[in-house]
Amino acid sequence: MIKLTSPFDKETFKTLKAGDIVTFDGVIYAARDAAHKKLIEMINKGEKLPFDIANQVVYYVGPCPERPGQVIGSAGPTTSGRMDVYAPVLLNLGLIGMIGKGERNSDVKNAIIENGAVYFGSTGGAGALISKSIISQEIVAFEELGPEALRRLFVKDFPAIVVIDSQGNNLYEIGKNKYKRD
Amino acid sequence: MKKIEDAQIIQSVRDLCIEANCCINPDILGAIVTGISIEESETGQEVLSQLVENAEIAKNEGNGIWQDTGMVICFVEIGQEVFVEGNLQDLINEGVRRGYEEGFLRKSVVSDPLIRCNTGDNTPAIIYFDIVPGDLLKITIAPKGFGSENMSAIKMLKPSDGIEGVIDFVTETCRIAGPNPCPPIVVGVGIGGSFDKCAFLAKKALLRPVNSKSPLSHIAELEEVLLKKINDLGIGPAGLGGRVTALGINIETFPTHIASLPVAVNIGCHVTRHAEVIL
Repeated sequence: MIKLTSPFDKETFKTLKAGDIVTFDGVIYAARDAAHKKLIEMINKGEKLPFDIANQVVYYVGPCPERPGQVIGSAGPTTSGRMDVYAPVLLNLGLIGMIGKGERNSDVKNAIIENGAVYFGSTGGAGALISKSIISQEIVAFEELGPEALRRLFVKDFPAIVVIDSQGNNLYEIGKNKYKRD
Repeated sequence: MKKIEDAQIIQSVRDLCIEANCCINPDILGAIVTGISIEESETGQEVLSQLVENAEIAKNEGNGIWQDTGMVICFVEIGQEVFVEGNLQDLINEGVRRGYEEGFLRKSVVSDPLIRCNTGDNTPAIIYFDIVPGDLLKITIAPKGFGSENMSAIKMLKPSDGIEGVIDFVTETCRIAGPNPCPPIVVGVGIGGSFDKCAFLAKKALLRPVNSKSPLSHIAELEEVLLKKINDLGIGPAGLGGRVTALGINIETFPTHIASLPVAVNIGCHVTRHAEVIL
């Protein structure tokens, strides 16, 4: 188990290998489809982003609303592939980690390698369990998007696994090939 | 005629939305628990154990099992002797609205597929009506997550493609889905009918208990062959490699045209959910 604590740094991320089990402590950002679209539009217009993206980790999630007294509702990962069209731009701006589930395309894999970034997976479907490791949340921008708003999450012992490391090794391929039967 | 009160319909739909999203179906939970004993990958076993723990937390705390609390697919069987005063479609949508608001469930519906503005109350539901004999009203609520919906596929095969063609298409659809739809998955397959009918059958197949078998012997056999093929893909829990890629597969069939062999594959994640009430 490797502990990753914010502020994150590229040197630590470069030592991670596909299959390593990690936990996050500190700040990560929640953004999915609509928030990504807005971020890219801001970049294209030359506007300042609502947060400094350098050395940050983005979690692809759109949480359920919280019940009274709760920090956040169910908050598991969404399918990352839909963010493939946006991710390379953010990686080139200094984003060093993404947390989600599912395959990434070759553009994202190349941008991961070029930038020394890492793609993490968290357990798809364990949304209620994962929400336990989120200790507070605040909306940073795009509140009108509801579940898709850009959020700052403070996490403790947030569990994930390295799926694509900074060399481009892919745990999905490694795992599947190990158990595949023809 | 039997009159069913509008308020009772609204309340029932509200309750079903919350129940389906917070309480995992026992057949699915049973299949995940069985999966732990079958799974050879340690990571896979760990993922399946997390899913069991997750379901317990969701139930105890009244949270969604999964934050994608879905778009509501609603199947209505209305008896010919049932009378409903209000607009049944509006009553169902009102129940969905209350269930998602009062149950703290995520609102995941946009009003226009291209303009994409969140409707804010998870309506409208997708509603299928079926008129049946009798004086009962049966409402089934099946919230559907779209990470898995996006990995679904349909193909109009030729009659000459036969059973091999069906096996290849279903297996290939699950291979392409890979880690995206939160495996272990539940696979609903429709064979026959027309383009639209076979997609509907695939959706309906997901309502059957995951461990059920088709009453048709050749289809039950096909379910068994396909489940083995899918699990031999090696995708495993969370797509990290392993033996348990699918918890089960259900196939529904319908007569079709002499020129065609339509096949639809609707993929459900491991929280394939539904709850029903008979009024």
